[in-house]
Formats: sequence, structure tokens, C-alpha cells
Amino acid sequence: MQIITAFILTIFLTILLVPFISVRWKGMVTVAAVVILAALSSVIAVEAMSGKQIEYFFHGSLVTKEIPVRVDALSGFFILMINFTFLTGAFYGLQYMKAYRNQKANLALHCISYILVQASLISICSLQNTIVFLIAWEIMALSSFMLIIFEHNKRDTLNAGINFLIQSHICIMFLMLGFIWVALKMNSFDFRAITAYSTSNSLLTGFALFFCFFIAFAIKSGFVPFHTWLPYAHPAAPSHVSGVMSGVIIKIGIYGILRMLLLIKSDYLVTGYVILFISLLTGIYGVMLAIIQHNLKRLLAYHSIENIGIIGMGIGLGCIGIGKGNNALIVLGFAGALLHTLNHSLFKSLLFYGAGNVYQATHTMDIEKLGGMGKPMSHTAFLFLIASLAICGLPPFNGFISEFLIYNGMFTSLHSSDKALLSWIVCSLFGLALIGGLAMLCFTKAFGSVFLGTVRHHFHHTPKEVVIGKLIPMYAVLLLIIGIGLFPKVLITSFSKSVSLFTGSDLSSSHLPAGDALSMIGRCAAAFILLAGVVYFIRKRMTVNKPVEFSSTWGCGYVGSTEKMQYTASSFIRAYRKLAEPLLSIYKKKKEIKGVFPGKGQQETHPYDKTEEWLIDRPLQLLKGFFNRLTFLQNGNLQFYILYGIVFITLVLGVPFAIEYFKTLFQFLNKL
Amino acid sequence: MISFILIILTSLFFGGIIIRTKSIASGRKGPGILQPVKDVIRLLKKGAVFSRTTSFIFQIAPSIYFASVIMAIMVVPLGEYKGIISFEGDFVFFAYVLGVGKFFNIIAALDTGSSFEGMGASREALFSMFAEPAFFILMGSLALLTGHSSFQEIFASLHFGSYISYILGVLATFVLVMITMVENSRMPIDDPKTHLELTMVHEVMILDNSGFDLGMILYVINLKFAMYGALIANLFMGTFPLYLTISIFFGMQLLFAIAIGLLESFTARFRMNHNAQYILALSSVSLLIFLGVLLILGQFS
Repeated sequence: MQIITAFILTIFLTILLVPFISVRWKGMVTVAAVVILAALSSVIAVEAMSGKQIEYFFHGSLVTKEIPVRVDALSGFFILMINFTFLTGAFYGLQYMKAYRNQKANLALHCISYILVQASLISICSLQNTIVFLIAWEIMALSSFMLIIFEHNKRDTLNAGINFLIQSHICIMFLMLGFIWVALKMNSFDFRAITAYSTSNSLLTGFALFFCFFIAFAIKSGFVPFHTWLPYAHPAAPSHVSGVMSGVIIKIGIYGILRMLLLIKSDYLVTGYVILFISLLTGIYGVMLAIIQHNLKRLLAYHSIENIGIIGMGIGLGCIGIGKGNNALIVLGFAGALLHTLNHSLFKSLLFYGAGNVYQATHTMDIEKLGGMGKPMSHTAFLFLIASLAICGLPPFNGFISEFLIYNGMFTSLHSSDKALLSWIVCSLFGLALIGGLAMLCFTKAFGSVFLGTVRHHFHHTPKEVVIGKLIPMYAVLLLIIGIGLFPKVLITSFSKSVSLFTGSDLSSSHLPAGDALSMIGRCAAAFILLAGVVYFIRKRMTVNKPVEFSSTWGCGYVGSTEKMQYTASSFIRAYRKLAEPLLSIYKKKKEIKGVFPGKGQQETHPYDKTEEWLIDRPLQLLKGFFNRLTFLQNGNLQFYILYGIVFITLVLGVPFAIEYFKTLFQFLNKL
Repeated sequence: MISFILIILTSLFFGGIIIRTKSIASGRKGPGILQPVKDVIRLLKKGAVFSRTTSFIFQIAPSIYFASVIMAIMVVPLGEYKGIISFEGDFVFFAYVLGVGKFFNIIAALDTGSSFEGMGASREALFSMFAEPAFFILMGSLALLTGHSSFQEIFASLHFGSYISYILGVLATFVLVMITMVENSRMPIDDPKTHLELTMVHEVMILDNSGFDLGMILYVINLKFAMYGALIANLFMGTFPLYLTISIFFGMQLLFAIAIGLLESFTARFRMNHNAQYILALSSVSLLIFLGVLLILGQFS
């Protein structure tokens, strides 16, 4: 109880303090507050992770009734993850925001919003009263909106922010719908009422209720087709915010889905199939669009969608496991999903921090303009490389572990002979393998064209490596990425309690499915690193006395400057673009070179999102068309507006009156 | 352990047999079987020329590429004899560790800032991406058929019985052979003997490598051939005594090498822009195998 009081006091004190101190101290105080909040909540979370269910009750008000605060292993896992990413984000942001010191008021607002987002995310994980949950959710949505629109003098940023705001309120609308539904039927705001309601009603009701919540959380986490806000919001926000947003804020949607799976008892098999289908779609669609992006941060944003798809696949498999009563599948599915959630929060935040470094050095995110950043910014390049390898799911890093668990889940479920399930599994195998391959294409493009080759564009300032303050949080993330890759078993055992919430029975570490495989992978990862080191060492020793020459790149005999001739990102993916063109919408502008004395040729491609075109733009256009027909009402004549007022008042008063009148009339006629 | 040694041994003369077959097919005498290895050894002793554009990636990439293939070879079993590494789902590790090598190979090509090497890198990334699903569906089908999920267990319990399973064996061999050709960038996907940069895939990626690095990269091709050959040989091994297993292994490798030599002598390279569709079609062959497995398991009755 004291911890919660301290937690709330810290939030209020910092919010009151930040606006009134000098710009130099604002950042420091915010970081200190983030550290304190993280420490306080981690104490509870660690306790919960060991399997203890922690429960407090606040009295609440007449409206909210009693407010339960429950922290179980699942909440604990998410709280720890949120805290880590917010810590690195805060330390990174402290250095990142130094460039904006002259915007004093704006910075104060930014700091406050950052703390509020962290606090509200932690509250969302632990509050179990529907009304208070919604309030926390709203605070989270509004303060993340504030974080996104930090550079609000740019039109694009503001547009992205408003897009986010609208879509997050659609999400809240669905949440409210679900909560009101339960509250009406059960007359209680406690989350336990949801369980009670779904167990006492038919499976179909539970299913409908779950999907009401699923849509809400899917908007937050960016499942296709609810993802359209995401590729705008991530590039618009400052880099540490993008990292935190992609790392943990969208993951609160995953938390919501998992929580609802625990609360709502419905037909798990059908739910699993639906989630698996949507996730497969999300994964493939996300990475397909990521490849064709020209903006580095937008590319990373689409990759978040892909990774959400992989997480969803794990959840879907786990649900199918519950439906089939297959314990190994439940563990592999949910452990894979949870681990990938954690992994993604690590490497994606690292990638965004890396992108932030590049942005502050060059002031552009256009991949076609960047190039050769690896030489002046070797630390950033190294960190970005490791994160790219990890996000492609390659060993010896952490991404491989979670993808391996999901693969293993699929192979485990192959043993149950059921035609429907088998064909689903083969589709998912195909999908997951394809996602892996596409991710590799995408990240070789991103890393290769940003950090390698020669500079494609001349910048006003020569890019140079960032200050050490930015690199320290990045290396901290890197340590975890490598650590998870080398010791996967330790990590999986540490959150076995969270997974065992889904299996219903306790899960001992010796009984973990794929446990032997995991410890083997850890050893193989170490062996791989060692082997690569040994091969490199031998190469070094063998070539130490050999003549080494430095010359220009082979260009069929041409030795002039090749910066304009080197392969660009667009041409790197051209073959892919040609293949995928029917499925995507890419707008091209082309001016061909013609004639004996040709002028300038030109080609532009603008990737766009087909889902957005069909689900957002078209309906909006139709709606606009419909409302345009009503413009005659708005004719600028004061007399007409007064008339509308009178008509409105007459209708409001008259309609009930008329209904009442007709009722008596009918009754009278009936009596006759 | 035994499979590792055998694969390394095979790799010494695999490339030589291919070249010899091709020479004989075109009416020449051809070099000795060990010539490719001698070439590699000569390269290992040489100095190197590096491009001024390159960074540390270009220095470390060949070593990592080499290490990744060695790592993958460690996973391959020999019939019922385990590889050095063996665990449930080890073929996922096999595919992904090869992916690491590919990743480094591609970014090393991009590191040179060349106008050609990106082209090869782009093609390699695209082609291997399309080959991956075929491999996973194939392994998934075999896992379903045998009820196991590690290389050694699958191959040890893979018995051919009914007519359908013989067809499956043929199809699986076809898929594996094609994956080998894609992964090694050989005919009919890519022609290693072409002299035009614009039509190369793998060769153009390593234009700027020289000396020790080039030696490693060239030797990796032999290693990869022997590795996939071992996988194909495993399909037909079952549980024989060791001396028989080893002779089957070498017989299959020899047959595989000659087959590749003949394939390269008598087929033309596909049109580059149709390659991707063609490779994706491999996945549908894998799906056929999957359907065959379902037939065997009686899922349709």
C-alpha cells in the first residue's frame, strides 16, 4: 500500500515541479522520476512474477465503487518490460532533447507527458475496475498524443497526431462498448464480472464479447486492418518516443488481448483460428509494405506491424492449444508470444534510437539520401546491425529464440491429426518462413543503404558519432539482446509463472517443452559466436604478412567517383516491387529519356497503403460526398439558422408529445 | 561427428567432380578432381585488395559466412547417427544460421558501393527468401509423416513403404536439389560461368573480394553442395549398418555431383525476371509432398 501511495505522490510532485524549474533540470528531474516510478512498480512486479497474486482495494467513489488493484504474473511481466524500455528511452531522450532546449514550455509538456504515459501504462496493467481502467487508458492516449506532436509546427506531425487521436478514440469506443455491456448485465465494474458473465452465458456471447475487446486492442497494437495510424505516428514522434511507442505502448494492446483471454471463457479453438488468421495477414502485409518504404522510421513502423503479427501467431497457437487441451502447445504458443513481445520491445527501441542518431546527424530520414553512415558513426552502425539481425530472427540473438518457440509450437501441433488444424499450420509455416525471408530483404536494404557504401547526398554538417550519453542506454539494450540469445532457458524459466496462468497448472522448469532445445540453442549461439571469432582470428593471422592494397571499387574498369552509380535502395528492391506490385498500391511518376539528345529522365515512386485506401480513404470520401449534398442547409442566412433552431426545438418537444398523443389515440380506437 | 567429417571430406572433391562431368559432357578432358581445392589453397596464400569504400562489415563478413555454413553442417546427421548438434526443431536452427551467413554476404556486397554488386545482392536476397518456405513446408511434411521434429529422428524413422511414399521421396529429392541450386546460385537459376556482370547473381556479389576472403567464399560453395548432398543422401538411408551407410552416403554424393554437372551442361539459365516465380513454385511442390503425407496418414478417408 505504501508503495502505491509513493507511486502516486511521485507522479503528482514531478508534474507540479517540472514546469517551474530551469530547462537544464527539467530532463534530469524527469529521468529521476522515471527511475523512481520504475523502481517502485518493479518491486511489486518482481514479487508478482514469482507467482504471488497481489491485491489491494481502494475505496473509490460512489460512481466507481470499489477499485481493485491486482497484479499477477502477466501484469508483472508487462510492468517490468515497460519499465526497462521507459528507462532506456528516458536516458536516451535526455540527450536527444538537448537539441530542442530553446522550446521551454514545449519541453515541460513533453516531460510531463512522458511520465504520465509510463504511469498510466503501469496502471493499465494493474487496475481491474472498468471505469478507472478507461480513465487510465484515456490518460495514456492523450499523453501519447502530446508526445507525438512535439514538433507540432510541422504540418505532417500534427496530421499524424490527429490521426492517432481519432483512431485511439475509436479504440476507446469499442472498449467502452464491451465494458458497458458487462456492467449492464452484471451491475459490477470489477473485471471478475467479465469472467462471471462469460461463464454464465453461451459460448457465442463470450466470443462476441471477446471480439469487441479484440478490435479495441487490435487498433492499439496495430493488427491489420486496424494499423493505419501506426505508420504515421512513429515517424512523426521524436526518436526516443518512437522507440518507446513501438516498444511498449503498442504492446499494451497485446496485454489487453492476453488479459481478456484469461478473463473471458469462450470457444478458444475458434478464437485461436481467427487470431491466427489475422496475425498471419498482419505479419505478411506489414513486412511487404515495410520493404517498399523510403522513410527509415516509417519502414521501422511497418516492421512493428509485422512483429505484432508474429506475436499474434503465438497467441493464436496458444489458444488453439487451450481449445485442444494440448499443454505443450499452450506453453510454446504463449511463451513464444510473451518472449517475442519482450524481444521486440528491445530491438525495436534500439533500432529507433539508431534511426534517431542518424536523424540528428543528417536531419533526414530519406533512405535514398543517406549512405555511408557506417564510417563516421561506427557505434551506431554496429548497434543497428545487431538489432537488424535480431529482428530478422537470426541466431545468436534473441529474435531467434521467440521465433523458434513459435516454430516449435507449430511442429508440436502437427502431431495432433486434424485436417483443419494441419492445413492452418502449413499456411502459418509458409507465412512465418516467408516473413523471415522478407524481413531479411528489408533489413539488408535498410542497413545497407543507410550505413554502407558511399554518401549519396551532401549535408551541411559532416555527420559524426553521437555523444556517449546516447550510446550507453543503447548498449544496455544490446546487452539484453545478446543475453537472451545466449541464455534463453534462464529467461523462459523466469517468466514461466506468467505462462502457467494460461495452462492452469503449475509448470516446473524441468517440464518445460522445448526446454532441452532451448538450452542447446543457447550453447549453439555461444559456439557460433566463438567459431566466427576463431575463423576471423585465423584469417587475421594468416594474412598478417600479406600485402594489402586499397583501391577503388570494381566498376568494369571505370575508376571515377561512383556515388551516383552505386545501387540505391529503390533499385535493390526493384525485383521484389515488380512482383508484389499487384498486391500493393505504389504510385509512380516517370519521365522517360527520349530522342537523340535526351533531356533529364526522372522516376519517382510513392508507396501507399492499400488497406488505408479501401478502409479509410474511400469511406471518408463517400461520407464527404454525402455531406456535401447537405451544404445547401448552410447558406449563411441568419434567418434560416433561426428557423433550424425553431424546427429543432419543435421536434424535440413535439415528437414525444405526438407519440403520446398517437398512443392514446390508438388505445381509444382499440377500445371502440 | 561422423557426418561432419564425411561432409568435409566430400566437399574436397565435390566441385572437382562437377567440373570434370561438365568437361566430359562438352568433349574435353578437364582438370583434376582436386583442382578447385588447389585453387582455394592458392587464394588463401595471397594478399588482398580492398575497396576504399568498404567498412568493417566487408572485413568480417566472409568469416561469418564461413562460420555459419560450418555451424549448419554440424546440425546435419548421418542416418541414425546424430550430427554434432541435435535437438528438437534443429532444422529451424539450420535454416536460420544459414540466413546469418546470407545476411552478411548481402551487406558486404552493399558495402562496396558498387553499381553491380547491389544487383547480385538484391537477387540473392529475393531468391533465397522464396526458397525458404519450400524448405520449411518440406520439413513440416516430413515431421508430420514421422512424428518427430529433429533432423536425426526424422531421417532415422523415414521408411519408404507404399507407392505414394516413393513418389514423396522423389519429390523431396527434387525440392532439395532445387533448393541447393538456388542457395548456391547455380544453373538453372544462375550461371556461374557467365562473363557479364549484369547476368550474374552470386559471382557479382563477390567481385571485390580477393585473397583469403575469396578463398573462403569459394570453398563455402563446395561445403554447401556437400551439405545439401548429405541431406539428400539422408532421405535414402534409414537404419543400415555403418559401413553401408557410409557407402550410400558417398554413392549419393557422387551421383548428386554428376547430376549437377549434367544439369549444368544440358540446361539453359532461366530468364532472370522469371526466376522468382519459378522458385516460389517450389513451395507448391512442397505442398504436394504435404498432401501426399496427408494421403499416407489417411486424412482423406
